[in-house]
Amino acid sequence: MTQDDLTIADPKMKAEGVDVFYGDKQAIKDVSIDVGTDLVTAFIGPSGCGKSTFLRSLNRMNDTVASARVTGRITLDGEDIYAPSMDVVQLRARVGMVFQKPNPFPKSIYDNVAYGPRIHGLAAAKADLDSIVERALVRAGLWDEVKDRLGESGTALSGGQQQRLCIARAIAVDPEVILMDEPCSALDPIATAKIEELIHELRGKYAIVIVTHNMQQAARVSQRTAFFHLGTLVEYGKTTDIFTNPKQDRTKDYITGRYG
Amino acid sequence: MAIVNEHTVKAFDEDLNRLRGLISEMGGRAEQALLQAMTALGNGDQSLAAQVVEGDKKIDALEAEVEQLAVQTIALRAPMADDLREMIAALKIVSVVERIGDYAKNIAKRVALMDPTRSIEAIPVLTSMSSLVAELVHDALDSFAARDAELAVRVTVRDKNVDDFYNSIFRTLVTFMMENPKHITESAHLLFVAKNLERMGDHATNIAEMVYYVVTGERMEERERGKSPEDSAAAEQEQG
Repeated sequence: MTQDDLTIADPKMKAEGVDVFYGDKQAIKDVSIDVGTDLVTAFIGPSGCGKSTFLRSLNRMNDTVASARVTGRITLDGEDIYAPSMDVVQLRARVGMVFQKPNPFPKSIYDNVAYGPRIHGLAAAKADLDSIVERALVRAGLWDEVKDRLGESGTALSGGQQQRLCIARAIAVDPEVILMDEPCSALDPIATAKIEELIHELRGKYAIVIVTHNMQQAARVSQRTAFFHLGTLVEYGKTTDIFTNPKQDRTKDYITGRYG
Repeated sequence: MAIVNEHTVKAFDEDLNRLRGLISEMGGRAEQALLQAMTALGNGDQSLAAQVVEGDKKIDALEAEVEQLAVQTIALRAPMADDLREMIAALKIVSVVERIGDYAKNIAKRVALMDPTRSIEAIPVLTSMSSLVAELVHDALDSFAARDAELAVRVTVRDKNVDDFYNSIFRTLVTFMMENPKHITESAHLLFVAKNLERMGDHATNIAEMVYYVVTGERMEERERGKSPEDSAAAEQEQG
């Protein structure tokens, strides 16, 4: 892979020689990548290329899969996230995640957002919690649509609103990194555009890593793009370079629609 | 060159092939217009000249067709990487080829204004110059069809010879005019012809530069640009 001009001075997260196995099967082979603090990084690649697996290794979501095994080193602000001393619950508060299908809790809109701050003890009083909930919903671009019905169930919202609620839930605990696993694939174009606008707004406040099947989306929202194929990182570069002048033939074939 | 795989969406390849075909046809017509215009000029053949003027309409129509197809392809297929570069290059190349056609038409229009009985010694040199320019236009378009960056570079290198021809014809015609004021009208026309040919050579270079960009993704190394033959002639005079 090429990495010219891509050194990130102070990476938020750094992966070095990461392998991920599911039992005997190796899903990720020797991936090294830096995630910049002020950048949106997109992972693209065909189905089964390992991009989601790799994304999930960044906040140890793979721990929930019994057969999964991660080797190599992944650090958050220089701290090894797979070290025995690392508290996984704390890690996932610092590295939040938004999934493909919106998965609000079957609770009120307010409680969906307040859930994280409550269990992490971030609010001393009801007023603190109110302001955390409001700020998260404002940041997620949902406040104006739900401020008069915070007591209604989160599952009663539209798909796009549910996804923004999940983003609000993720940012309510004030994470440093937000991982998004195809956050728009279940949404219509308008809801997708709102999420993309939101990603743009959130850039700089959180390091964002997004897995997407939609290459136009990667081109629109990210500054760095990584192309995965068959478990390897084929090419990682500035998004503008990847989409106008990729260095690797495999990247070119994929993004121009010549793959397979 | 690596063999390029076909797109998964076959209709995309069909669009690209149609686009390439239209550009080839347009280029072929512009090249032919240039050669015919010079033949008409050499032989004082007004009917051939009229044919060139008429034929330019088809070149203009092809430009419009390519533009429409390229815009449509960009909108519907969202091309990326080399496909995207090709669309952008196609748009730029056709506007350059259209200009080449216009210059050929301009040369053809002068045939009627010139005295066919008078033979002027600059004409044989103009013929050599026009053969070279036609060759450059031809090679530039071939380099586009074949995705051949090296051929494109050779076009830009040879454009220097076109400039040399122009400078030489310029001097010949000025001398001619000084010798006999009766030759001024003829010579002025021929000077414009030479200038048109020189511009066509520059346009062949522009095409070659676009081809280089399509193939490599990089801009062709900055050559000595912005220097018209008049500039170099003026510089020579100052030195002399």
